[in-house]
Amino acid sequence: MYTQGLDARAEQGAPPSPRLVTEDEARLQGRFQERVDAEEKIEPRDWMPEGYRRTLVRQISQHAHSEIVGMLPEGNWVTRAPTLRRKVALLAKVQDEGGHGLYLYSAAETLGVSRDELVGQLLSGKAKYSSIFNYPTPTWADIGAIGWLVDGAAIMNQVPLCRCSYGPYARAMVRICREESFHQRQGYELMLALAQGTPEQKRMAQDALNRWWWPSLMMFGPSDDQSAHSAQNMAWKIKRFSNDELRQRFVDATVPQAEFLGLTIPDPELRFDAGTGHYEFGAIDWTEFNEILKGNGPCNRERIEARRKAWDDGAWVREAAVAHADKRRQRALKKAG
Amino acid sequence: MSTDLKDALFGYALRLGDTSLVLGHRLSEWCGHAPELEEDIALTNVALDLVGHARMLLTYAGELEGKGRDEDRLAYRRDVFDYRNHLLVEQPNRDFGHTIVRQFLHDACAVEMYERLCASKDETLAGIAAKAVKEVRYHVRHSGDWLVRLGDGTDVSHAKVADALGRLWTYTGEMFERDEAEQALVAAGIVPDPVELKAAWTARVEAVLEDATLDRPADGWMQKGGRRGEHSEHLGYLLAEMQFLPRAYPDATW
Ligand SMILES: [Fe+2]
Ligand SMILES: [Fe+2]
Ligand SMILES: [Fe+2]
Repeated sequence: MYTQGLDARAEQGAPPSPRLVTEDEARLQGRFQERVDAEEKIEPRDWMPEGYRRTLVRQISQHAHSEIVGMLPEGNWVTRAPTLRRKVALLAKVQDEGGHGLYLYSAAETLGVSRDELVGQLLSGKAKYSSIFNYPTPTWADIGAIGWLVDGAAIMNQVPLCRCSYGPYARAMVRICREESFHQRQGYELMLALAQGTPEQKRMAQDALNRWWWPSLMMFGPSDDQSAHSAQNMAWKIKRFSNDELRQRFVDATVPQAEFLGLTIPDPELRFDAGTGHYEFGAIDWTEFNEILKGNGPCNRERIEARRKAWDDGAWVREAAVAHADKRRQRALKKAG
Repeated sequence: MSTDLKDALFGYALRLGDTSLVLGHRLSEWCGHAPELEEDIALTNVALDLVGHARMLLTYAGELEGKGRDEDRLAYRRDVFDYRNHLLVEQPNRDFGHTIVRQFLHDACAVEMYERLCASKDETLAGIAAKAVKEVRYHVRHSGDWLVRLGDGTDVSHAKVADALGRLWTYTGEMFERDEAEQALVAAGIVPDPVELKAAWTARVEAVLEDATLDRPADGWMQKGGRRGEHSEHLGYLLAEMQFLPRAYPDATW
């Protein structure tokens, strides 16, 4: 999963430094934009503006980090899944998310950064990941709510990215989106089992919806008038729809699903506008979103600590693998010599 | 099939199913915490396979028993003394090296067993084995390769896996224990002979230990009891965690 534009505000303090554009560069930029406008894919060896490269590295690596950190809140329930079928499904989902992280790190590497460097940025706290994973998963229903809402919101964000102008990212996204929609259906099916279950199970499902609804809406990033990078990213065809458009689509798709479950969306202002054909919803509390971005979410510290611990505890293993590969190489050389 | 043989086969399927389930659970505890991303995915993959095997085996055990218990009833509603898994697999995770040693000692036995079970005179068991064996062949290669890497890696990694080997060796005898019920299954051509299994396991383990530059521990006193439901203290905590929801909400379906 991934939050579009999640760092739009955090980055405002550092505008790109103005520099002179040479005639050559102007011509290259013109040609680049023509190709993008013609919906041609930009490939790793093609010329691209530095800003385009930087934006993509940031966005793709944030997305990759989100997949990896996202394994933690859901991994929290793999040992407690209530049936063996659910256990297998959850393990497979968390494994898929790890796979998404892998493809995305590979896509980022085509832009000239290494995975180690990017992981280093995550562990040092320099890089961001989707804030949604800084919320806890205290009950089993959270696993359903994450699949239904969080994977659901991710799909809204990511389906347009399948047509992103950068080839390797677009291609990674096609495969990822297929799996995310499977996760979404699975999450919804889990919620349905709870919503149709005992009163206690139904309460569990409603409680999870209450906690995940607003954070899911925040996954689409700040409102359009607050979003710093939107216009340029649209021109580059990294972004196709505005944050507010995508959020509206998500609400329109999700409200009827909640109704089918017999659950109540925790928004007293939510109503269907027959004139526009859309749901109107209440104002989002961006204070909470900004606090979580600053590191004050319920699980920010735990998530990064867990990633750091896995990395640090694994250091001797990675060193051993390198040492062993060296030994083998040397033995092979000796044999050949 | 005679009632005695059926009972024996129920016990056998239960032991295999419980062993797969408990080891799958232990591996799944790594999910999100492995030394590198590829390994996180690989360990989860093995965990998935093992829980998958457990589902087939427990379902079959329930059918043999004929009391209407399905895979979930068996997995989630039995206490420690009714679990039949090997003690080896319930040993808690320590470091990655310990996990690899535990896994390899198990996989080397599992692969030899499933290879032979493919020819079982019991069709259902043979069918399960035919599915499982493909995955278990990959498991043993994965854990064996890691054992070699760690054993023949750095001084630190060598010391860690050597320590784990010393801790876990005492649990290996149980995998080849023989009892009357199992002997009847062997005689009926339903399951492989543990004596033959042990020889094949030993050859496999010794070959990998040699590549890993590790010494084979001496066969001292072997801890036993899993097949009689006599477990370590660790299994109760594992079950408490695993069974929490069905125990807390006994009337619920999920
Ligand atoms: Fe995603
Ligand atoms: Fe994902
Ligand atoms: Fe997903």
